[in-house]
Amino acid sequence: MNEPSTAVDFATRIELPKLEKSFFVGRALSSSLLTIGVWVAAILASVPLFSVLYMLIVRGGARLNLELFTELPPAGFELGGGIGNAIVGTLVMVGIATLISVPVGILAGVYLADLGPDTKVASAARFLAKTLTGLPSILAGVFIYAAVVLAMGGYSAIAGGIALAVTMLPTVVLTAEEAMKMVPQKMKDAAYGMGCTRTQVIWKIVLPTGLPGILTGVMLAVAGAAGNSAPLLFTALFSNYWLHSLREPTASLSILIYNFSGMPFDNQIELAWAASLVLVLIVLVFSILSRIIGRPKV
Amino acid sequence: MNATAEAMAIPTAVNAVPTTAAMPASIAIDCKLDKVFYGDFLAVRDSHVPIEKGKITGFIGPSGCGKSTVLRCLNRMNDLIKIFRFQGHVHFHGQDVYARNVDPVILRRYIGMVFQQPNPFTMSIFDNVAFGLRLNRFKGNLQEQVEKSLRRAALWDEVKDKLNNSGLSLSGGQQQRLCIARAIATEPSILLMDEPCSALDPVATRRIEELMIELKAKYTIALVTHNMQQAMRVADKTAFFGVDISKGGRTGYLVEMGDTQQIFENPKEDLTKKYIRGEFS
Ligand SMILES: Nc1ncnc2c1ncn2[C@@H]1O[C@H](COP(=O)(O)OP(=O)(O)OP(=O)(O)O)[C@@H](O)[C@H]1O
Ligand SMILES: [Mg+2]
Repeated sequence: MNEPSTAVDFATRIELPKLEKSFFVGRALSSSLLTIGVWVAAILASVPLFSVLYMLIVRGGARLNLELFTELPPAGFELGGGIGNAIVGTLVMVGIATLISVPVGILAGVYLADLGPDTKVASAARFLAKTLTGLPSILAGVFIYAAVVLAMGGYSAIAGGIALAVTMLPTVVLTAEEAMKMVPQKMKDAAYGMGCTRTQVIWKIVLPTGLPGILTGVMLAVAGAAGNSAPLLFTALFSNYWLHSLREPTASLSILIYNFSGMPFDNQIELAWAASLVLVLIVLVFSILSRIIGRPKV
Repeated sequence: MNATAEAMAIPTAVNAVPTTAAMPASIAIDCKLDKVFYGDFLAVRDSHVPIEKGKITGFIGPSGCGKSTVLRCLNRMNDLIKIFRFQGHVHFHGQDVYARNVDPVILRRYIGMVFQQPNPFTMSIFDNVAFGLRLNRFKGNLQEQVEKSLRRAALWDEVKDKLNNSGLSLSGGQQQRLCIARAIATEPSILLMDEPCSALDPVATRRIEELMIELKAKYTIALVTHNMQQAMRVADKTAFFGVDISKGGRTGYLVEMGDTQQIFENPKEDLTKKYIRGEFS
């Protein structure tokens, strides 16, 4: 009774390759170890991220009310107050910076990716852009101080916006180039084959196809600019009043956080936390928007 | 059909240009490639391939013999390759397409192309087909023309409920048919097809072949194919290219060209005979 069944078992064992997973054999073992390692690293990396978010929500959330958005910053021993002018200032200056850096950056990206990728101008521009990404942003502030603030005769939202634009430009250029290089040549061939001019190929095919990537780059740059205080120190300075003209010193969230967090008053410190939270929310809203706009149409 | 013929009235304008070369009127494209280089590499030599109007001209030959290269010379697609150089001439209804004053962009609107690999745009299925129509400021009913092109390309039934989906969401064979629909939507007077059926199943292949035969009443087609049966079924003329490895490189050249029946039944050249019998590839 036993004999034949073992014989059959034996036969099957020889014929069929063993397909079950075994966790402790070479390849499988290193694979599971790597998986565990990756998980641990991912969790470690998100610890600071989530604790910062947690702190922001706990400590900044307390002051998240209408007053925060509508009131001006309080002076010394005053209670209450808000950060309305700083929110407006940040939005305006980041807006100016985006208006300058995005068109210029995307056009430069078009040149680098499509028009003259192998020219000397292109490699010089690429090198400069890469160097500029590593430039301490305070230098952008100093440069604009010399070039714009001194020429205009004072601190202003315009100067602040230009300084932010300088810090945004390299990111926009390089990501736009990368996104447009990803557009497959055969897709461009198809467009040329239909009788498109070079300009039409860029407008109708390369830019739309690369748009999600370009927008990601723009968002990165916008988020960076919104939280950047160094370029504004010498260009927009700060103001305790509402923005009346682009030619005046202008408040910004990042400088407000910088000023208030160092003050010996609880009220101001609370406001600094709330301003940080608002800053993060602004960046969040913009990234979500860009995701929606840039989503490839399925 | 009529609306398109009106909107695309430009081909007639080109036809109306007096023919300068002493070519029989039945030749749509007279293509004489003496030498075609990619950089220093001689890809094709001594190939004279006249493409007759209202006929299907089949290009056959082993892989790498330069069939795509010849096809891409016809609508100056090779201009996009920087290292491409060319000696010879290509006459489109008597006009030298490589003449200095010829704009390749305009030329390509009369000569449609289906590429060897499917290359739909990152846009909806509808927009893919409508692309060329919009480019040419098509004045007829866009919806109708798109539907008609998709039907002719044997794709309509599969996509009629999802015209707004991305062209890239289709399968490889469907993408290729989408590209065929896109190319025929503008009803170009000449259609260059580079192995249009290599990714298609037999049913779709048959539909595309029927389409080609239907189209040739009004249009001229140049067809690259690796499928001998296909060449026999649809091509009126067949050009057989071979590879010459005598001078070190792999240079393609026209071995012989003639009526399809003659090429397949009693080829003049030994090489053709061997290739058709499948003795080498
Ligand atoms: N862009 C290019 N740059 C350099 N060489 C090229 C280029 N395109 C083609 N070639 C070369 O030219 C020769 C002919 O290529 P071609 O694509 O025309 O062949 P084919 O006959 O279409 O082959 P297949 O049947 O495999 O498609 C090949 O040797 C190829 O390596
Ligand atoms: Mg080919």
